[in-house]
Amino acid sequence: MRLKSLMLGACSVIAMAGFAQAETLTIATVNNGDMVRMQKLADDFTTQNPDIDLEWVTLEENVLRQRVTTDIATKGGQYDIMTIGTYEVPIWAKQGWLLPLDKLVSDKNYDADDILPPIRSGLTYEDKLYAAPFYGESSFVMYRKDLFDQAGLKMPDAPTWDFVGEAARKLTDKNKEMYGICLRGKAGWGENMAFLTAMSNSFGARWFDENWKPQFDQPEWKETLDFYVNLMKDAGPPGASSNGFNENLALFQSGKCAMWIDATVAASFVSDPKESQVADKVGFALAPDKGLGKRGNWLWAWSLAIPAGSKKTEAAEKFINWATSKDYLELVASKDGWLNVPPGTRTSLYENAEYLKVAPFAKMTLDSINSADPNKPTVKPVPYVGVQFVAIPEFQGLGTAVGQQFSAALAGQTTVDQALKNAQQLSEREMMKGGYIK
Amino acid sequence: MATLQTRSAARLMMTPAVLMLFVWMIVPLAMTLYFSLLRYNLLMPGMEEWAGTLNYRYFLTDPAFGAALLNTLLLVGGVLLITLVGGTLLALLLDQPFFGQGIVRLLVIAPFFVMPTVSALVWKNMLMHPVYGIFAWIARLFGLQPVDWLSSLPLFSVTMIVAWQWLPFATLILLTALQSLDEEQKEAAEMDGAGPVSRFIHIVLPHLARAMTVVVLIETIFLLSVFAEILVTTNGGPGTESTNITYLVYAQALLQFDVGGASAGGIVAVILANIVAIFLIRLIGKNLEA
Amino acid sequence: MARAISTRRKLTFTAIGWLVGFVIFFPILWTVLTSFKTEGEAIASPPHFLFFDWTLQSYYEVQSRSNYFKHMMNSVVISFGSTFIGLLVAIPAAWAMAFSPTKRTKDIMMWMLSTKMLPPVGVLVPIYLLFRDWGLLDTRLGLVIVLTMINLPIIVWMLYTYFKEIPGEILEASRMDGASLAKEIVYVLTPMAVPGIASTLLLNIILAWNEAFWTLNLSAASAAPLTAFIASYSSPEGLFWAKLSAASTLAIAPILILGWFSQRQLVRGLTFGAVK
Repeated sequence: MRLKSLMLGACSVIAMAGFAQAETLTIATVNNGDMVRMQKLADDFTTQNPDIDLEWVTLEENVLRQRVTTDIATKGGQYDIMTIGTYEVPIWAKQGWLLPLDKLVSDKNYDADDILPPIRSGLTYEDKLYAAPFYGESSFVMYRKDLFDQAGLKMPDAPTWDFVGEAARKLTDKNKEMYGICLRGKAGWGENMAFLTAMSNSFGARWFDENWKPQFDQPEWKETLDFYVNLMKDAGPPGASSNGFNENLALFQSGKCAMWIDATVAASFVSDPKESQVADKVGFALAPDKGLGKRGNWLWAWSLAIPAGSKKTEAAEKFINWATSKDYLELVASKDGWLNVPPGTRTSLYENAEYLKVAPFAKMTLDSINSADPNKPTVKPVPYVGVQFVAIPEFQGLGTAVGQQFSAALAGQTTVDQALKNAQQLSEREMMKGGYIK
Repeated sequence: MATLQTRSAARLMMTPAVLMLFVWMIVPLAMTLYFSLLRYNLLMPGMEEWAGTLNYRYFLTDPAFGAALLNTLLLVGGVLLITLVGGTLLALLLDQPFFGQGIVRLLVIAPFFVMPTVSALVWKNMLMHPVYGIFAWIARLFGLQPVDWLSSLPLFSVTMIVAWQWLPFATLILLTALQSLDEEQKEAAEMDGAGPVSRFIHIVLPHLARAMTVVVLIETIFLLSVFAEILVTTNGGPGTESTNITYLVYAQALLQFDVGGASAGGIVAVILANIVAIFLIRLIGKNLEA
Repeated sequence: MARAISTRRKLTFTAIGWLVGFVIFFPILWTVLTSFKTEGEAIASPPHFLFFDWTLQSYYEVQSRSNYFKHMMNSVVISFGSTFIGLLVAIPAAWAMAFSPTKRTKDIMMWMLSTKMLPPVGVLVPIYLLFRDWGLLDTRLGLVIVLTMINLPIIVWMLYTYFKEIPGEILEASRMDGASLAKEIVYVLTPMAVPGIASTLLLNIILAWNEAFWTLNLSAASAAPLTAFIASYSSPEGLFWAKLSAASTLAIAPILILGWFSQRQLVRGLTFGAVK
């Protein structure tokens, strides 16, 4: 590995010296496992395109979001390709900040129709595709089959919240550092609020009514938060209020959680024997519901997009085509096995027998993604798009502020009622400031 | 003493520094002041409009503002207290001759060289983590329930981390001051039969007063804008338990991309900082102008 | 008898001293140790202190993901560059303030220090816009400028307090000899001021090296220093304790070693006029 990076280093020095006119693409991306793999495999792209150099800016999710948003909003032009999510795409596309990927859609070989419909519609604005999905995810339940068997429990394919709550309490043994359920608690619109918003959808709650009036004073939210806080108090790990996706992944991988409701992409990490101590013991089920017709699962896709002002659009399009193509999936499979291909973007992957053989979670993932509907996320009607977020510019700040309140309730710093009252107040202020309500 | 010539030469020499700093301060400040009066969100370009005092009203009536103000003072005060007391004790210790003194001194000053981000990450994940952290392990060793530092004692935890980083600085300054204390003076006091405690109170402590003032001034400047430690460990939470003014402005600027609101927050923070500065100048004026 | 007591006293202080030193240094020590473990071992409970399979695996992993040396070079250029420029501007200013003080000197000093209290994030957008227009985004030059400005007040103040301790009579004497201003600075002032300048230099390199807000927000790929390097590890997926430790060790090692080697120089001038 070292030799390889040395050679790479040497090559890039030569490349810099020799072909000064070679185009350099600066790619901003998240430090998630699949992106790190893409970075490692990028030699494949640069050998095919010797006239293009790649510069990687790999950052932690929140830092990345600040950096790219600041840059695109001020037209700073520091990045040629940005990794963004389904939250940003509709907002940015509306501002005309993104280049529509028409070439990609019309490329027969790329086969844009193969992209999973819910994902594609999440990345489309006014019938144009503005970002290409690198991996897509919904959320579902991951559970330890061995522990369920021991306790004589059986996880249904489509569990209810009541069952999940009961099982979690039964499987908890705090003296042995065994926790019935691990859920996100770290404040942030993309952390605990992603989970809680999706969960509240299944409880019949919503962020705003049709007139953008915040709804945290409604009984559905109280029920959601009560259930969540009590469950975590009884069956959650210590320090839950600072646990996000990564923290919970580490807990689950080291065998400390009996259940974990989170992103479907986690399935391949927990099933990977190299990283996970429980790889062969994990089962999967759909996100729980409350019998109201909506499940508590979200929809997200980390996607690659080109800023509208970029001067290197042709090279950038080439790269996006490479990174989100079917061939890329094949490439990952040939290097690291089918288990490690970025999931959740293409229908063909879920028809691939080899993938289905190694990925017991494939069907559940597909079902979860297909059952999420960003355009109609809640039981009652809402004026916004987005399952676990509200696609308005104010949401990042508001979602995080509300997330802090809920995280405080989880930590026991405030009561559920006080947290909801504060959340309602915060949202009313923000909506008033934004001019949504008078 | 100073002739007219040297005086104008002096002015000439000061000019670049003063001018550079003046430009560095006044240009962004003017822009910030202007933005603070606009309704200006980066995510909604083309919608900028005059907003008057709207941004200030929202920032000052933000329920988090009072908490943030208090947290800022608690954080600065707490760290100052820990570093001054701890620094004095450490300086007294390092002033004693013992084996391997040089190495211990290196160990003690090491935290000063660590990046805030790194130290926050290390404390959060390796020490304070309620499951994998060393503190949790120690607690379990004694059969105790591990403390969940960052969610039950967020501000205290942040204070600890920051204090750890600044302890070496206080120690070094106080140690240098201590070592400049006249040996004869100390010995004379010893002859008079003064015990170690009374010697410390009557001779050492007054001698350290100046050094302590310096520590207070420098640390306050840096501590008012503590940010990375909070971002990495608690994200200002749970709730607003560990949000300080800088973090509150950050939330406006980089989470909401509300440039107007963040600018108003920035201006408020500058005013608050200047109040602290005036206070400090009074303090320094008494103690440093000897 | 007296000797026995003092030896015992010395031994007691040795024990306390080492214990305290160990406790304060422990977080760093633990990070370095963990960086040589495998991920599984890094979270083992009870923790393994020394007896584990030492491995460089995490370092390889980190290097294969991001080019450490590029980030380190950027850190070196930015922190040294900004410190040198800062000194260049600050030495004359501090000299003037120390030897030809006027009524307003103290006010100017305090005003300079108060510029440091501006919360950086409040002025991020204005600075970002200016840097965009001047083409300074993601350039080393841009970061050198910002860090120079940020640390200039501290540099000026530190030098000022140090220069003030230099007895004025010596300068008077050299002036009597008819030395010109330039000669006065080069031959008289500089040798006396070297310890103060050296420690100012070191302190500012440390501060610039560790500055994490501007360096992260104004750089992308080509000028990104170690603070950006560490930002990609702050919350990676899954088990990351060993990788995080390796990255942390790499990020702090150069400055820690520099600091340790030059601690005597650092301490000599680090008084801010607190020592009479």
